[in-house]
Amino acid sequence: MSPIVVSASWLPAVAPAAEGEGGFETPGVKDFWWPLVGGDSPWTLTRPGLVLLISVGLLAWFYVSATRKLTVVPSKNQFLVEGSYNFVRNTIGRDIIGSKDFLQFVPLLLTLFTLILVNNVFGIVPFIQFPTMSRVGIPIVLTLIVYITYHTVAIRRKHGVLPYFKSLIPPGLPGWLKPILFVLEFLTYFVIRPLTLALRLFGNMLAGHLMLLVFIVGGEYLLLHGGNLFLNFSGVLSFAFSIAMTFFELLIEFLQAFIFTLLAALYISDAVSEHH
Amino acid sequence: MITASVVAAEGETTGFPSGFPLLPHPAEMIIGVIAFAILYWLYKTKVVPRLEELYEERAAAIEGGMQQAEQAQEEAKAALEQYTAQLAEARAEANSIRESAREQGAQIVAEMREQAQAEAARITESAKRQVEAERQQAVVQLRQEVGTLSTALASKIVGESLEDEVRQKGIVDRFLEELEAGEVRPEKIAPAGQDA
Repeated sequence: MSPIVVSASWLPAVAPAAEGEGGFETPGVKDFWWPLVGGDSPWTLTRPGLVLLISVGLLAWFYVSATRKLTVVPSKNQFLVEGSYNFVRNTIGRDIIGSKDFLQFVPLLLTLFTLILVNNVFGIVPFIQFPTMSRVGIPIVLTLIVYITYHTVAIRRKHGVLPYFKSLIPPGLPGWLKPILFVLEFLTYFVIRPLTLALRLFGNMLAGHLMLLVFIVGGEYLLLHGGNLFLNFSGVLSFAFSIAMTFFELLIEFLQAFIFTLLAALYISDAVSEHH
Repeated sequence: MITASVVAAEGETTGFPSGFPLLPHPAEMIIGVIAFAILYWLYKTKVVPRLEELYEERAAAIEGGMQQAEQAQEEAKAALEQYTAQLAEARAEANSIRESAREQGAQIVAEMREQAQAEAARITESAKRQVEAERQQAVVQLRQEVGTLSTALASKIVGESLEDEVRQKGIVDRFLEELEAGEVRPEKIAPAGQDA
């Protein structure tokens, strides 16, 4: 059992004794608050922060060391590096942004994909067991980077802010429709896209891990404090289900990393393209 | 930061904003920026250029291999064409040789036949000539002998030698000439009674 699960399971175990009500405290967002160094302040180094730094260390070590000696016929490590690189470069980058401009965005896409994937998978890796992206600040940072990138590229490609705004309106529209569409497009590009991009990743990771937490903490509560045999057995069933959910989570974790990178590439391809 | 200001407004020192549980934590955002920056810098300066270089190398290797294969194929094609041409040439040559041999054979046969015919004609001719000569010889000899015999016979009948006279006057010769010319008819000497 991971520390987070242990900690969460403590609370309901202690709480009934303290309150004497026999209630079950459902796990919530507060369970993801995990200060490590610096006390209880906005500048505390938290567990997800540490996990994020560890993931960066791992990724940097792996990719830099594996690409130090590259051969035309790949070795085992190189095969893994090339597989992930191919996926980001060709499937996401080249196919969406287009073979003309995609190369300059490959480092960005690769960073996003590997960082998000590793941090997501950390959610079910034993002893780490914390999906970094379930802390909203980190997806917001990544989204901001994508947001700034695609707007900068678009303004540069369309030669200025005003031409960029003009290009938001598709050509060949009747005059009265233009303002309405401009508002819609502006909202899409400047509000909805970054909002959904950040919240999708954050929400999926938070909800998925929260669900695992509910099944494990709840199962533990049922097993130990259920009071009768039927409820105890339900606790065991809950544990079993949490294991199944863990595999499901693995799929979601990969999918979310893929979707985030894919959408980032899509927004960049919009910015790069001549029309719209 | 929003979080910081909210927290400050509430006058709390806690890092977890209980009033707004989903507000981002500033320290995590800063760490997020640092993490992204480090990884992006490493990828941009080291990982991606190395991999792209490898891609180019590999593409060049594959292209080179394809070029080589193409060249080999072209060479094979040229060789095949050459062989085919040579084969056709050889076949034509063999044909012409066969034709000329046949012609030559026919010519030889014709020549031989001619030669044989000429030889046969020559042999026949010489044989004829020999026969003629022998016949002449026989005629001369016969004439001589007939002359001698007839004079001897006549001498016996007459009772005196007519040889010199016969020789002087050429009687036998004249007789024979007349015989040849058909002036003298053979007469039956034997008696008629015996004939019947």
